[in-house]
Amino acid sequence: MSHFINNKSEQVDKSNTDDAYTLGPLQVGLPCCMPEPLIRVDNLSLHYGLKPALEDVSLDIYKGCITALIGPSGCGKTSFLSVLNRLTDLIPDCRISGNVHYDTMDLRHPALDVQRLRRDIGMIFQKPVPFPLSIRRNIELPLREHGMSKQAGLNDVVQQVLQDVGLWEEVKNRLESPALALSGGQQQRLCIARALALQPKVLLMDEPCSALDPISSGVVEDLIQRLRGKYTVVIVTHNLAQARRIANYAGFFWIKDQRAGCLIEFGQCKQIFEAPVHELTAAYVNGSRG
Amino acid sequence: MVKNALTTLLIWLTAILVSGVFVWLLADIIIHGLPKLSWSFLVETPKNAGRSGGIGPIIVSTLLILGVAMVTAIPLSLATAVLLSEFTRHDSVFGRLVRRSLDVLAGVPSIVFGLFGNAVFCIYLGLGFSILSGGLTLACMVLPLLIRTAEEGLQAAPNEYRLASAALGMSRSATLVHLLLPAATPALVAGLMLGVGRAIAETAALIFTSGYVDRMPDSLFDSGRALSVHIYDLSMNVAGGDASAYSSALVLILLLLMINSIALSLANQWLHRSVVTA
Ligand SMILES: Nc1ncnc2c1ncn2[C@@H]1O[C@H](COP(=O)(O)OP(=O)(O)O)[C@@H](O)[C@H]1O
Ligand SMILES: [Mg+2]
Repeated sequence: MSHFINNKSEQVDKSNTDDAYTLGPLQVGLPCCMPEPLIRVDNLSLHYGLKPALEDVSLDIYKGCITALIGPSGCGKTSFLSVLNRLTDLIPDCRISGNVHYDTMDLRHPALDVQRLRRDIGMIFQKPVPFPLSIRRNIELPLREHGMSKQAGLNDVVQQVLQDVGLWEEVKNRLESPALALSGGQQQRLCIARALALQPKVLLMDEPCSALDPISSGVVEDLIQRLRGKYTVVIVTHNLAQARRIANYAGFFWIKDQRAGCLIEFGQCKQIFEAPVHELTAAYVNGSRG
Repeated sequence: MVKNALTTLLIWLTAILVSGVFVWLLADIIIHGLPKLSWSFLVETPKNAGRSGGIGPIIVSTLLILGVAMVTAIPLSLATAVLLSEFTRHDSVFGRLVRRSLDVLAGVPSIVFGLFGNAVFCIYLGLGFSILSGGLTLACMVLPLLIRTAEEGLQAAPNEYRLASAALGMSRSATLVHLLLPAATPALVAGLMLGVGRAIAETAALIFTSGYVDRMPDSLFDSGRALSVHIYDLSMNVAGGDASAYSSALVLILLLLMINSIALSLANQWLHRSVVTA
């Protein structure tokens, strides 16, 4: 059990603004006693046209945990995330082979209700993508599309998720103003709130902090920590220190033979960073390669 | 140094030349057209082959022809643009074929459209010389322009919207209605204005399809004379019709400005509504 405690203790009381959040205090370590795989990926390969982007990736994503994916640009991390919520469907020429299971569902089943799946598995992009609508409408639009139409219920959800991401106090008096007027960090938190409003089980985050300034990045990072336990988070990050701070599990991707990305090593975060098995991993986390 | 000054001079000269021509043209029309312009000119029927009287029925015919053209062309072009931009791959054979055809069609002289409209709408479909024939012919003529501008507007909408919206489990049609079309609205309006401008100025295609008759039309199946045809007739076939021709031209320009500003403000209102509130 103790191997989940992979964070240094100085992280614990980093934030003293806990009351602004309703997700509860920062959680460090011990997200789940018995790691239970929620998403299982076996021998996943992915091609764009004839060009391979991922080769033979197998890993488990554990329920309630934060899984960090690290590795140099172009090694297929974004592609990997897109497989998990079938966003690859939008890319013509994208071919996938292998097995991907979410819970008991076959994620590659042609008859899968993709829209339903994407409500369960939300995604946050590198560049925040608020829609050119008001702050309130950003959150309401997907909810309305999923059949929620009572304004009172919508208001409650809007307030709830904005509180969850610590944005409520900052925007409660200007819910009708354009979301594009928010700062980068606020926009990214709005996007997370928008995803949370759909009550997902899993959140895929593709470098959610890399377009943000250090302060906003810290705020978003704290927020991600608060998601632990309640949501299963898969986060791609180029910030190794961040991965080390927040993740329970880590996977290291690398481009093999100048060709396709593959998973070099996967394991508990502590092990990946402190006792990597593979020499490439060791070189990457020590900063001598990549 | 000298070279720079020369370039600046050249640029200024062209700018002055271009705007000079425009101002001259406008001033000419206003100076010659304004004296005859009055409320009665706008509502009365033309008399003495248009030398006196007004242009009431002609304005009505023009608006009807334009209305038929736009009511047909706008939904068709929007649907085609959506199909091309959102539901076919950019490099598919179908898409390439349609785009190439549209580009060729956009360059076809309007008189060819006139002959085509005459053969198809007037004769083959039996609509005769009518406002309907004229409007449908104009619709064919502006369709390529409207489709291409609308498609480019949709293509220019950020792809992130498509991804982010899909990632929230939203359907493609919802993405289209709530995000892509609003993002493309400025382009749609710009295309629409170009289309209206081309349609309202069209003479050649209408002579063969909607005809010359300057009576007040009773229905869309009546022949009706468009403003541009009226101007052409007055200045070419009617001795002493110049004053009326100028006034009609002024009305044409005012009409165009009016339609454009209405389209703009409608689009602005719609954009504002969809951006800020529900
Ligand atoms: N839509 C696409 N079409 C073709 N090739 C792509 C597409 N998206 C990504 N790729 C290629 O796949 C490889 C992996 O990309 P990506 O998954 O974005 O990597 P990462 O997120 O790790 O930087 C890259 O070589 C990239 O050029
Ligand atoms: Mg990426």
